[in-house]
Amino acid sequence: MNRIENTEHQRLTFWEKLYLPEIAKGLGITLRQMFKPKFTRQYPEERWEPTGSYRGRPVLVLDEDGERCVACGLCSRVCPALAIEVQAAETEREKERYPEKFEINMLRCIFCGFCEEVCPEEAIVMSKDYELVFTNREDGILGKDKLLVPIHKLQDRLEFLREYK
Amino acid sequence: MVEWSFLIIEFLIKALIILTLILLIAAAFGVYLERKISAFIQNRIGPNRVGPFGILQPFADVIKLFLKEDITPYAADKFFHRIAPVISLGVAFSVYAVIPFADPFKYGDKLIYFSITTPDVNIGILFILALTSVGVYGITFAGWSSNNKYSLLGGLRSSAQMISYELSMGLSIVGVLLVAQTLSLQEIVQKQALWNWNIFYQPLGFIVFLVSAFAETNRAPFDLPEAEPELVGGYNTEYSGMKFGMFFLAEYANMFTSSLIIVLLFFGGWNLPIPPEWIGLEPGSFWLSLIQFCILIFKTLLMVFFFIWVRWSVPRFRYDQLMYLGWKVLLPLALINLIVTSIVIYILK
Ligand code: SF4
Ligand code: SF4
Repeated sequence: MNRIENTEHQRLTFWEKLYLPEIAKGLGITLRQMFKPKFTRQYPEERWEPTGSYRGRPVLVLDEDGERCVACGLCSRVCPALAIEVQAAETEREKERYPEKFEINMLRCIFCGFCEEVCPEEAIVMSKDYELVFTNREDGILGKDKLLVPIHKLQDRLEFLREYK
Repeated sequence: MVEWSFLIIEFLIKALIILTLILLIAAAFGVYLERKISAFIQNRIGPNRVGPFGILQPFADVIKLFLKEDITPYAADKFFHRIAPVISLGVAFSVYAVIPFADPFKYGDKLIYFSITTPDVNIGILFILALTSVGVYGITFAGWSSNNKYSLLGGLRSSAQMISYELSMGLSIVGVLLVAQTLSLQEIVQKQALWNWNIFYQPLGFIVFLVSAFAETNRAPFDLPEAEPELVGGYNTEYSGMKFGMFFLAEYANMFTSSLIIVLLFFGGWNLPIPPEWIGLEPGSFWLSLIQFCILIFKTLLMVFFFIWVRWSVPRFRYDQLMYLGWKVLLPLALINLIVTSIVIYILK
């Protein structure tokens, strides 16, 4: 015979079939939840400070003797989203090369961190900056003026990289 | 002539006051409560930006809805598409025409009733049942006229659901009517003075009515007409702007109406828990009526809280379970309740 086994009807006990006691139990649980502490963070007033492992907006490191980037173009090459554009130029300084133009298109960046991984000079790192609002497409392309960040602001990330990279 | 104009003015003033209050309490405060309570149940805070504790959030929502573009689908039946939300909201509010909110009070030598229609309507509860059934049309029209399969399914589900549950709802009310021996809401409440609440005489009827009320208002666990995962938005998928807002308001107004009727029929309505003479209020005075009104609203809000609480605790029924519950469980229960009540009342007489 073609009979359906293990239906709800057979599985449940009499009290469970009545629904009401079970519903009352469920209501009890939700009522208890109402008085538990809340998890909400009141965002604009209460900001979250990420740890060093956080991958925010990629930035260029600016240390005591100027920018670290030597414009090798590796980051631009590895970037899967084709977000980075570098144009090299020569300087009198010891490193001889510097990026004349360095642009990251934040409309394209996917925060993968490959640029940081591949950089031979540890010149581009992921910052903790997660507030990336802009109101038109031009503002989404960040030039060197917005990318260069003093090294002391990036200590957490650099330490993290030294330990885990 | 003077008598008549006085009546009309009284009627208009009362309609204005009561409808405004209902719109504020039922719709605006209901939405606010829903969002706050759901937030608390999920360990969140809920709206807290617009006004103190976010209390103005519903108004911000409504303004937003007004400013939205109003889209009518190309293939929709324009007339019915337009009229459906009006039916929903109109029906939801017209119910308040006959609901009394407190005992009448004396003004000079006139007796002023605390309801919109001046003389107490003696078939109040019948009128309410009839009107709430008309509300199905709003949803069915909305579903059909949108010319969208999800809307249509939502509309069909809701009409099937409402028609099934109306039976047990009506039958469970008959029990109360037998106990009270009247159809007038005013008298039903007066018969429950002090703690003579009908819930103690009609516990089974109360449960049947409560479950049917949940189904009638399309609230979870019976919110199949707007089951989001299966039907996109259900009957209101193709609505936008304030037309959608009207369905939304109607849902909350209906929830408030159901709570109000449950309180009136089963929880002693506006009766004070102690005889009013104890706190020095004479029957028929204005202050007594006002306190009664506040008590009624308070009880109703507790009931609304219960509705919301259930919504955020219980998962949705499957469609066959819904029909099984309606026809094979609630209907027989309501009939048994009716028979037992009639026999007991016959014996006691
Ligand atoms: S940031 Fe690093 S990888 Fe990119 S161009 Fe400069 S040095 Fe090369
Ligand atoms: S994080 Fe990834 S996507 Fe963004 S700039 Fe670096 S390599 Fe390109």
